[in-house]
Amino acid sequence: MTATTVPATSAPGTTVPEAPVLEAVDVTKHFAVRSAVGARSVVRAVEGGTLALHRGRVVALVGESGSGKTTLARLLAGFYAPTSGEIRLEGTPVRRRRGRVERGYHRDVQLIFQDPFGSLNPLHRVRHNLERPLRLHHAVRGRAELDRRVRELLERVALTPVEQYVDKFPHELSGGQRQRVVIARALAVEPKVLLGDEPISMLDVSIRLEMLNLLDRLRSEDGLALLYITHDIASARYLCDDIVVMYAGEMVEGGPKEQVIAAPQHPYTRLLVESSPDPGRGARDREALFDADADSLGEPPSLIDPPAGCRFHPRCPFAMDVCRTQAPPRTDLGGGRWARCWLHPEGRAGELDRPGTDAGTDAGPVAEHATDRTTQENQ
Amino acid sequence: MVTRTVHESDRTDTDLTDTDLTGARSASGAVLEVTGLAVEYVTDGDPVRACADVTFTLRRGEILGVAGESGSGKSTLITALTRLQRPPAVTTAGSIVFHPRDGGPAVDLVTASPRTLRALRWTSLSIVLQSAMDALNPVMRLGAQFADVLRTHDRSLSRDAAWTRAAELLATVGISGDRVRSYPHELSGGMRQRASIALALACRPELVVMDEPTTAVDVVMQRQILAQVLRLRRTLGFAVVFVTHDLSLLLELADRIAIMYAGRVVELGTAQEIYDEPRHPYTRGLRDSFPPLRAPLRRLTGIPGTPPDLRRPPSGCPFHPRCAARFDGCDTHLPGLVAAGGHAVACRLHDPAATGRPADTGQQDRAARPDRTAGPEGGAR
Repeated sequence: MTATTVPATSAPGTTVPEAPVLEAVDVTKHFAVRSAVGARSVVRAVEGGTLALHRGRVVALVGESGSGKTTLARLLAGFYAPTSGEIRLEGTPVRRRRGRVERGYHRDVQLIFQDPFGSLNPLHRVRHNLERPLRLHHAVRGRAELDRRVRELLERVALTPVEQYVDKFPHELSGGQRQRVVIARALAVEPKVLLGDEPISMLDVSIRLEMLNLLDRLRSEDGLALLYITHDIASARYLCDDIVVMYAGEMVEGGPKEQVIAAPQHPYTRLLVESSPDPGRGARDREALFDADADSLGEPPSLIDPPAGCRFHPRCPFAMDVCRTQAPPRTDLGGGRWARCWLHPEGRAGELDRPGTDAGTDAGPVAEHATDRTTQENQ
Repeated sequence: MVTRTVHESDRTDTDLTDTDLTGARSASGAVLEVTGLAVEYVTDGDPVRACADVTFTLRRGEILGVAGESGSGKSTLITALTRLQRPPAVTTAGSIVFHPRDGGPAVDLVTASPRTLRALRWTSLSIVLQSAMDALNPVMRLGAQFADVLRTHDRSLSRDAAWTRAAELLATVGISGDRVRSYPHELSGGMRQRASIALALACRPELVVMDEPTTAVDVVMQRQILAQVLRLRRTLGFAVVFVTHDLSLLLELADRIAIMYAGRVVELGTAQEIYDEPRHPYTRGLRDSFPPLRAPLRRLTGIPGTPPDLRRPPSGCPFHPRCAARFDGCDTHLPGLVAAGGHAVACRLHDPAATGRPADTGQQDRAARPDRTAGPEGGAR
């Protein structure tokens, strides 16, 4: 039982025969900002974002806050117009009229926000919140038909018995229940694509998994294409098929989840994976884990004035001269994997497999620090 | 003042104080002894009991993790420990005994006078809050805030010396010393949090309480901050109470972990014990709510249901409505925290009197693991 893998995924690395439902092709989004003294500057929130979502598959977009994950989700959802590049829905570039996408677009692509407390109208009951998209997008009229559809939606997100929830106000529900209503509302338009912007990060730990399992069911039973945005790489691994890693507005690596996590091909991915808590790693390794050369890890750059060349180079232990001047090209590594790092074209990719300089993956220091600890505890 | 129910207080007295719950028998090894602490929120109706019967001992130099979901009482516990609580929160029972390093008389923080508290703060006891932006004064330069603390507790320190010391302290958390002249808004979130840690350590306290100090920062920064805390602890030897909802982080960081549910400590053991053999069904559920990063994936179910509303707590064991291993009597009997070899649990599965069979760990573990052997939803498709 324990060996069963979670999501009913197709074999990793196989090419997907179907055309993508929704894709972003080289999209860029710049925001003009004005500082307090009136100086104008440009925030380069997303640069060269390319992403494809397929029917029945989940892509996870991981990265730190400020890496452009949410901006990309909003580009895909049609809330922002890309500065350059295009968004394609089933192969057709999305058209905009007076800055807005057509209403039909939202019938196919729905976005779930992080905060279930802020994304439901607090003045209306669950029923109204769910009926509205049915009326607007599917012209469902008639009490009986509306009731039937609302009941169906609540059952799909496992808010049963339906009578108990349908006439509640959002504030009467718990966070998890509210997020289910948000998902039910997104499903009301019968979308082909669901974009989840950190859909579980505001929920209590013990109910997050139920939500991930629900998303997994929607993907496998209804064939939705899912984008799962998160900063939690372990939950991404649980739910998704493919992972795309973003750093400072750029996509740095992508591929089948197990390969990306087990053998990162970009130094940033490696740093991210090594920094993530892993309960399975065991408490004994603590000193080694936390005894990183912490001061040298640095912080993400400003997106107003990003570093030249590779945006990760100021923090990268492998940085070369070329990294400081030229942006790295995308290197295809086969099996659906790719990375944007100069180590690959320069033929130095092997160095990524070696134990990190920034996190103790080798066994050496463990024993040493264990001794330190014992001594200290005896004092 | 609300009277406690009879069997609660019985439990506290018989099961905990006399047994070797924490391994810290002598007061000299302990920096903080919390006994039977109860905190209530006074409302128009019945008082809401946010913390009940909390008992633990913090050893010198130890990191005690406190894990729980929102509403489990962990923040209430922290404000009670540091006496930072404000009405309507009131400590209604219990004691928090602080043992100073220099062998001075023990102080009960619950009854300590404001004057005593003022002397203890910063020098013996300090706190790191979740949001560094709220903890630092936005209109004071960092150095001024450090100097303020340093000079209050050491009157002989000159202004210049205090600013120099501030720069040194910032350097210990990896912030360049010339940032003493910065205002908090000029620092990144991670730097602000590190600065507030340096500030908490400015007067070399024996105990630092940390309330989700890394929740607002990214994982890379989180690891960086925690590395620094561990390194400073090694040199300065302070003890830490680390509160978070992220059990997976505590498993890597803490020496011992207390699991809180509905205002009570339901399990207390070493990080290894909590991970390898959690005894309380809630602990097990919580542990299994974190998907692994490297281990083979299996279908996880989390914990069905939602945490209880403390205004209307369930009868008996507060976890029983969500518990897959409940049996007769769980809805009426409240289990107390019972220790067995330093690993304490408040669950009737581990109470021989309740299960009607001798306390055999193996048997209990099997009984307590329906999700592993015959769980209703354990199987994946």
